[in-house]
Amino acid sequence: MALENILILAAASLLWATIFRNYGRTWFMLIASVIVIFWLQPALPIRGADFFAPVATLVLVVLTWFITADDETRKQRKNGIILAIVAGVVLLLNLTRFIPQLQFFTASRPPQLETTLLIFLITGLTLLALSRLTRFSASFLTVGLVLTIGLFLLIKIPALSLWLASFLRTLSGQSLTNVSANDFRWLGFSYVAFRLIHTIRDKQSGRFPSVDVGEFITYVIFFPAFTAGPIDRLERFIKDFRASRSDFQSDLFPAGQRLLLGLFKKFVIADALALIALNDTNATQVTSTVWMWVIVYAYAFQIYFDFSGYTDIALSIAQLLGIKLPENFASPYLKPNLTQFWNNWHMTLTQWFRAYFFNPITRWLRSWQKPMSIPMMILLTQVATMLLIGFWHGVTWNFTLWGLWHGLGLFIHNRWNDATKAKAAAWATTPTKQAFLNVSGILLTFHFVTIGWVFFALSSPLTSWQVILKLFGA
Amino acid sequence: MNQPIKPLNVLIKGLLLFALFNLVIAAWQPGVGQLSLYNVLYPGRERLPFGESPKQSYNLSLFDLDAMFASHVISGTPKAEDEFRVIIVGDSSVWGTLLKPEETLAGQLNADNLTACGKNVRAYNLGYPTISLTKDVMLLSYAKQYDPDLVIWMTTLDAFPLEKQMSTPLVANNEEKVRELVTNYGLRVEADDSNFEVKSFWDKTFIGNRRAWADFFRLQIYGVMWSATGIDQVYPSDYEKAQTDFEADESYHDLTAPLTEDELAINALETGFRVVGETPMLLVNEPMLISSGANSDIRYNFFYPRWAYDDYREIMTALSERDGWTYVDLWDIAPANEFTNSAIHLTPAGENLLAENLAPYILENCK
Repeated sequence: MALENILILAAASLLWATIFRNYGRTWFMLIASVIVIFWLQPALPIRGADFFAPVATLVLVVLTWFITADDETRKQRKNGIILAIVAGVVLLLNLTRFIPQLQFFTASRPPQLETTLLIFLITGLTLLALSRLTRFSASFLTVGLVLTIGLFLLIKIPALSLWLASFLRTLSGQSLTNVSANDFRWLGFSYVAFRLIHTIRDKQSGRFPSVDVGEFITYVIFFPAFTAGPIDRLERFIKDFRASRSDFQSDLFPAGQRLLLGLFKKFVIADALALIALNDTNATQVTSTVWMWVIVYAYAFQIYFDFSGYTDIALSIAQLLGIKLPENFASPYLKPNLTQFWNNWHMTLTQWFRAYFFNPITRWLRSWQKPMSIPMMILLTQVATMLLIGFWHGVTWNFTLWGLWHGLGLFIHNRWNDATKAKAAAWATTPTKQAFLNVSGILLTFHFVTIGWVFFALSSPLTSWQVILKLFGA
Repeated sequence: MNQPIKPLNVLIKGLLLFALFNLVIAAWQPGVGQLSLYNVLYPGRERLPFGESPKQSYNLSLFDLDAMFASHVISGTPKAEDEFRVIIVGDSSVWGTLLKPEETLAGQLNADNLTACGKNVRAYNLGYPTISLTKDVMLLSYAKQYDPDLVIWMTTLDAFPLEKQMSTPLVANNEEKVRELVTNYGLRVEADDSNFEVKSFWDKTFIGNRRAWADFFRLQIYGVMWSATGIDQVYPSDYEKAQTDFEADESYHDLTAPLTEDELAINALETGFRVVGETPMLLVNEPMLISSGANSDIRYNFFYPRWAYDDYREIMTALSERDGWTYVDLWDIAPANEFTNSAIHLTPAGENLLAENLAPYILENCK
């Protein structure tokens, strides 16, 4: 999100909260979120794609709600009204095609209305068909899960993205000459997919709360958290969403403070550091070890201030609307070991992986008749989890190496901790010794994470290796 | 007892403090440009900051002469007893478009390890990539404080047209500096020249002048990348070579043959000599590409029709004889294949040739 986007969204939220208080608050959040996903979607080289990507997001969200909601909730009349209003908003955005002065809601001129109507018709018919096939509803959840993961892979694996881009270009009658894997950048889909998977999995395990379609759509595409998280949980979100706000004043000051802090982190510190942070170009230009460390440190702090700044912004705007989104960062670079680092860095993502991958797979491995050894199990689960977190950022060799680096790091820390915990406790009997251990741990962890960022920041394993060699004087 | 925070009061106080801060900045006009991390944390730049794609070149264009010079190596280099300090001013050919710092004229002269009057020649590149005599004079005036032993002023006809004098953004945005030249050295400039970016009180506030503040900070930050990489411009692997075929076009800046002194900014040239005073100065007509392509009987190159350039050389020779200037005409020393993307941008070998040609004059002009 650019600065002007953030300021407009914060001002709109503040205005609504100040003038209307609780009146129409949930409607405001729903409609604003629908508009914002069109507004923030960047222009794409495939004709009409920057309009249809948000439409696809909405269709996917509605279908997921339909397969996860219980019968009673699904049949409520208000869902029809909400869907009609959401469709109406989309159609109004589509109609700006004929009003050039209003085309600032979309990255390019919206496409022909007929295509959107056709998508709505197909979605409606699908919903109708699904409602008739209730006895297969358990299978729909599996299909939904597979479909969401499939779409996620389609977006994240360069070879599949290239195929998708070619397909979409062919569909829109465009040449394939300049086709690229980056042609279809589906804004916010990484977060949308994870929220959808979370709801489907919760439905499968019987923990899915009863929500109407408006609540569900708002949860998945809630505009403050749409592009950069955090990944909230539906049952927590809905509690705030439904609560009637009585004390707006007490939220205003902390929200304002946090917004300013977030803007400062992102647009002053992170953007300044971005000028000197490690990237594919400067990685091969830096001539000395000392300066290489400087630009790698710059990257480590840039990514932290950028991401945590965005989180502050998201949390503050949400707070203006009475939603307390979960924290995503808690001084991660000041943690004395890698496990604690990951408990405090992008916390909602790691919690998601813990809940939906790490814990289930650990339980499954333990349930084997002949369970593998504990160290082997830890190695397998840590590495697999961190590899998946790497893939979440993109299915490339560098993200794989980054995931592997952290997976192995977590495993080694786990084993080291087991082996030395008692000795360390026996040695660190004075506050000075404890402080020494703590500071050493912080420095070691920070540098381990920082070296890991080399894989994250660059696109080539070879360049990453050369940078690491340079860091150590080669 | 803690008083409850009143957001409105906080907002009003914050706005008042911010307004006050702006007013103080506007009234005080702190010369922060003189503060620099260059020559302290980072090595100074070998040439003045200039760049149209900062993220790739780790360099940027700004108008604050204090900040520009403070980032230059000359600001952080005390003149040694045995140093013969040479400053070179001029356009992009001196600054060194497509050339690394060591490949520019200044770099090549330094690599030659010359000695003049028993002192070591150290050349400083103070070129700036826009063509205007007034811009050169302004930079010369600023650079005087670094106590040069010799000034080399590289120039070409395109720096002389009257309408080009004030159109350079660096000049237009330094109204005060230009007016000082008018007052102290008799530079002739229209007082109400429309090119001047006259600053209002609002423009001097922190908000009004935010671009300059941002540029100042970015210049400091890019110092890291300059130090880390030694890169200060984009070096494309391929570029379009200077044009050698032309239309049969004899026009030059709405001027007609013959070219006269009145049509050129001779006053700016004279002002330059007044600015340097007793310091010896070599006025050099810089090398240019002499094309042999289509219509090369009409035009020497992209910049000049033959009639205008020939007239200009005659005027310069006559003027230098009349006023006793040390004038070196090196217009044709470089073969056409030693030019890069422009009729005045030399290759490293071309710059080397230029340095070889200039070296004797440097040795001759030491005191």
